[in-house]
Amino acid sequence: MTLRRTTLHATHEAAGARMVDFAGWSMPVHYGSQIDEHHAVRRQAGMFDVSHMTVVDVDGPGARDYLRHLLANDVDKLKIAGRALYSCMLNPEGGVLDDLITYRRADGYRVVVNAATRDKDLAWMRDVAARLSGTIAPVEVRERDDLDMIAVQGPAARDLCLPLLPESLRAPAEALTPFTATEDGDWFVARTGYTGEDGFEVILPATATLSFWQALAAAGVRPIGLGARDTLRLEAGMNLYGTDMDEQISPLESGLGWTVAWTPADRDFIGRQALERQQADGVHRRLVGLVLEGRGVLRGHMSVSAGEAGQGETTSGSFSPTLGVSIALARIPADAGERVTVDIRGKQVPAKVVKPPFVRHGKALIDL
Amino acid sequence: MSNVPAELRYAASHEWVRKEADGTLTIGISDHAQELLGDLVFVETPEVGAHLDAGGACAVVESVKAASDVYAPVAGEVVAVNEQLADSPELVNGDAYGDGWIFRVKPTDAVAVEALMDAAAYAAHLEAEG
Repeated sequence: MTLRRTTLHATHEAAGARMVDFAGWSMPVHYGSQIDEHHAVRRQAGMFDVSHMTVVDVDGPGARDYLRHLLANDVDKLKIAGRALYSCMLNPEGGVLDDLITYRRADGYRVVVNAATRDKDLAWMRDVAARLSGTIAPVEVRERDDLDMIAVQGPAARDLCLPLLPESLRAPAEALTPFTATEDGDWFVARTGYTGEDGFEVILPATATLSFWQALAAAGVRPIGLGARDTLRLEAGMNLYGTDMDEQISPLESGLGWTVAWTPADRDFIGRQALERQQADGVHRRLVGLVLEGRGVLRGHMSVSAGEAGQGETTSGSFSPTLGVSIALARIPADAGERVTVDIRGKQVPAKVVKPPFVRHGKALIDL
Repeated sequence: MSNVPAELRYAASHEWVRKEADGTLTIGISDHAQELLGDLVFVETPEVGAHLDAGGACAVVESVKAASDVYAPVAGEVVAVNEQLADSPELVNGDAYGDGWIFRVKPTDAVAVEALMDAAAYAAHLEAEG
């Protein structure tokens, strides 16, 4: 199968990127050193080509009712245009189909979903729209594959990025508070991200992508590969779909209970009944952070022993460049204590249970 | 193109072997291997005194991305390990054939090393792997 390419593919190759297959896309995993790239984002500014992610516009008079049924979080929390909401999209069994961000726009909504789940998500979203047809006002679900997406992240990211935005967006983008967005034409700027640092995610027309990327590079923003994106998000305690949760796992067992809007009680969202049953039966597992105390590196799918509380498993793990130790997310019994051991190639290595995030805005949030 | 020093021997699994004057063999991973792995963050060396079988997994190198086994190119007894790697695994990235050596063995069979690839054969092997 031919891998899909983003607008910047040749630019990444020319910059010496090692390209890998990521969910059917040829994407840069690093441009030389993943650790240097990680530090660049924590200390200065880096940019990520995330054009493989899927932008979906949800419009029409039925858009609000549709999204209130489709998503576990409630888009009615978005009181005004420009606000953003993180949510899970569930199946009827309460399993996570995907996690996504919804932005309210002047007229309608914009949803950004993962690349790996693109086809499944679009099919599901269209299927749900078709099922609701007749019971709610018309809704239009439209993939925007004419748009690219670049994330600019790090303590200096906003200052370096602002002067490079279209003139009309500079003042509104500068005024953005976290988790809000502004737009003009096909340019859309959100103060969101996946690194635990300040910055923007910029959705823009594919025709403008190359010159924007080059201008950022000229301003000193380093290109960052998917490798550092993963260690940055892990330090930030952010789940990766397909790794830390999937269709078999509910948000309540994924550290995402806070994203489920239970009130108003009469909002009938997909998966609600299953989650209510699970809540009533008791949630037996929770997603926690682990800090390795012995030597080695935590990876996904390592067995975790929590003494009498039972067994669990790491879902993702790595070396943390910022902390200099190995960290992981792990799904363990809900009543596990603070001390666990992890099976690393047959050895039981001690680890401490912590509450993510591990790092936010360049600072360690846990005691080592 | 990665660096393949002419004076070393190589295994298909990307270890290099240097014959020392005292008959011991110093072993590490090739420049190509460290480049594929990316930034190393942890190296688990074998125990001094351990007996290694040829082709057996005996050490682990871990990058930010993944863990990878290091295989013993020949059978022998471990006589030294690179203690510096405990605190500085990045030595393998910076100097794969020098300060980034991993362990040293006294080979069971002194001529076994001759069966390994020479530099030209290893370069051809890399070429073939693409």
